[in-house]
Amino acid sequence: MGHGPAVKLGVDNASGYKTKLGIWLFALYTITYAIFVGINIVMPSVMESVFMGQTLAVTYGMGLIISAFIMAIVYNRFCTQAEARLNK
Amino acid sequence: MIYAQSPLAVGLFISFVLFVLGLSFYLARRTTSSAGYYAAGGQIHWFVNGIAFAGDYLSAASFLGICGMIATAGYDGFLYSIGYLAGWMVALFLVAEPMKRLGKFTFTDALDSKFNSKSIQLTAAISTLLVSVFYLIPQMVGAGVLVQPLLGMPHYVGVLIVGVVVTLIVATAGMASTTYVQFMKGGMLLVFSTILVIGVLGRGLSTSPDQGGTKAYHAFKTLTAKAAADGSLQLSDPSYGALADWKTGPFAKDGFVKLTRDGTESIWKLKDSETGYTLSETLFTKELPDHTKLYNGLPKEGGAFFPVGHIQELKVDGKEVAQTGPIGPLAFLSIVKDSTVTLWGKSIVKASDGLTTIYYQKPTIGARILRPGLKFKVDGASGLQKFNFISLMLALFCGTAALPHILIRYYTVPSQAAARKSTIVAIAAIGFFYILTLFMGIGAMTNGVINMSDDNMSAPLLALSFGVVLFSIISSLAFATVLGTVSGLIVAASGAVAHDLMDNFLGMKMTDKGKVKAGKIAAVVVGCVAIYLGIVFEGMNVSFLVGWAFAVAASANLPAILMILFWKKTTSQGVAASIVVGMVSSMGLILLSPDMWTLYGLLPQNAPVAFNSPALVSIPLSFVALVLISMLTQKPPAAAEVAKAA
Repeated sequence: MGHGPAVKLGVDNASGYKTKLGIWLFALYTITYAIFVGINIVMPSVMESVFMGQTLAVTYGMGLIISAFIMAIVYNRFCTQAEARLNK
Repeated sequence: MIYAQSPLAVGLFISFVLFVLGLSFYLARRTTSSAGYYAAGGQIHWFVNGIAFAGDYLSAASFLGICGMIATAGYDGFLYSIGYLAGWMVALFLVAEPMKRLGKFTFTDALDSKFNSKSIQLTAAISTLLVSVFYLIPQMVGAGVLVQPLLGMPHYVGVLIVGVVVTLIVATAGMASTTYVQFMKGGMLLVFSTILVIGVLGRGLSTSPDQGGTKAYHAFKTLTAKAAADGSLQLSDPSYGALADWKTGPFAKDGFVKLTRDGTESIWKLKDSETGYTLSETLFTKELPDHTKLYNGLPKEGGAFFPVGHIQELKVDGKEVAQTGPIGPLAFLSIVKDSTVTLWGKSIVKASDGLTTIYYQKPTIGARILRPGLKFKVDGASGLQKFNFISLMLALFCGTAALPHILIRYYTVPSQAAARKSTIVAIAAIGFFYILTLFMGIGAMTNGVINMSDDNMSAPLLALSFGVVLFSIISSLAFATVLGTVSGLIVAASGAVAHDLMDNFLGMKMTDKGKVKAGKIAAVVVGCVAIYLGIVFEGMNVSFLVGWAFAVAASANLPAILMILFWKKTTSQGVAASIVVGMVSSMGLILLSPDMWTLYGLLPQNAPVAFNSPALVSIPLSFVALVLISMLTQKPPAAAEVAKAA
């Protein structure tokens, strides 16, 4: 059987920490996304109201895209720190 | 004709193709091992891999489809951007590092890493092939669609060009050449889309978009009319005449009236007014019984089918103005929100002399355009409509992290940290591009460039409004977009055939060089199949097929990936059952859906399944199948211990 990584990987003692952090951040983003879908279903007209100078739909939609990047950066920072700490 | 063939576009495309082919042959000399062929040796830098992810992911559906949908239906097109990007969070937080840790060359490797199960090898390989082929068909059809207006060549030539070039790219250096093609295409797409958006903002908004003074916008007429005592229609412009049956003819029940002037027909939207009627000019295409198509009553070359898209009432700080001049991105959206934009509705009228598709003006408040509801029914929606909406958003969210051609890119980097970092680069690049789609789409909507008979061309036509050079670059990039995505798909499909089926499932003993050779032969075969399907499926609505790929991937693959990672009681039988149930249920529900009934030429209300998007049913079904079968196939503790010791 030809399984296993194509390149040799070192032991990663931080994988447990990274998995837990990933699950928490995933849950947070999923809830934010679900609220967005929920507002569109339950109170679609609210999406037309103005928030921060734009329709709520634009602000929320852009917010979902930008917050994805911010959360990704935060996740990477914590993961990198954990790798440095636990894989010495 | 809204656009003409551009020699510059042809030249740029040929140059790009020659360059990537040269690069592929150069890299081929270094690609002798199976790790080199299937995973680029696992030595690609995370930044290059991240941009290559973007090149892989931003297919023709993203670039042409989303911009076109935003141009005609506003925010509802942007929902795809939001959903597609959100799917990358599943990839980053749950899938990226484990995929790198568990797999070798293919998605099946990761699923099968704990089990060495023939049933997983077979079902996961079939799922990979199915999803890859469903994704391949719209890309190949898209290549054919692009080549017709831009290069003046028939559909099959576009499919052949892309098919042959991509097969050469993949068959020479596999994942190595594919990665660099996608890296270049992804980078160029970001740069030139940014330039296009800067151009849109620099031009600003106007009630009579004249494309920077180069092309006057067609002024759509409005007439008034009264019904005379004898029943005839008396028009404010006597050069027009209405047919005697204007009130009872086939167009009347849909609120239209057919007029003639100098022997040329035109169709007008009829509205009751205080003094009689108001008639507004429409655009229409008519397909005659002999399949000849007329555009606003004339052949295509007559140039009567005008590009559209304008602001009817432009408001800045509450005041009505004719134009804004250069504006920033936030002001651009804010001004559109406060203004009234003319969108276009669509009606189809069947009469004895042919099928007429009418596009009529529909002035819409900007705030209404910049929120969902113009394409997807959300206001006063029925339970079924709400179900469809939730199901679509779920499929977009879950599909990305289950696409085999995306997942195999995790094997091309040297470490788990690199897999994570390359996903973050991908999120930045893809997120930035998706923000640009809103500006490109609204830009097309307000700059008088939309071809109503094919909204997929909105982004290239917006570029054309800035001159033939940008148009040529964007058009050749659209081809490159297809090249990049198709090459990734062919690598994934050839890996499923050569590595999963031939090597693992059938147990064919091959040397390392033999594995590379098998992969190359599989790539050529898959490439030929893709060319054939691209030609056969000409005219098929490509968005259906992309939707299929996402729904099947999310249903068949994602539950299996997640449960292997997070549920220790998962068994190989449970994984195989989950893949089969996900594949069969999602495919079955799609094939029995109202949209498919329409495609079959049947009445959509007679479809056995009432909804179009299957994810909300097929994904839970796939999870349930995995849990149930896994519970039923747990090894007794003693056997498990023996197996562990062995």
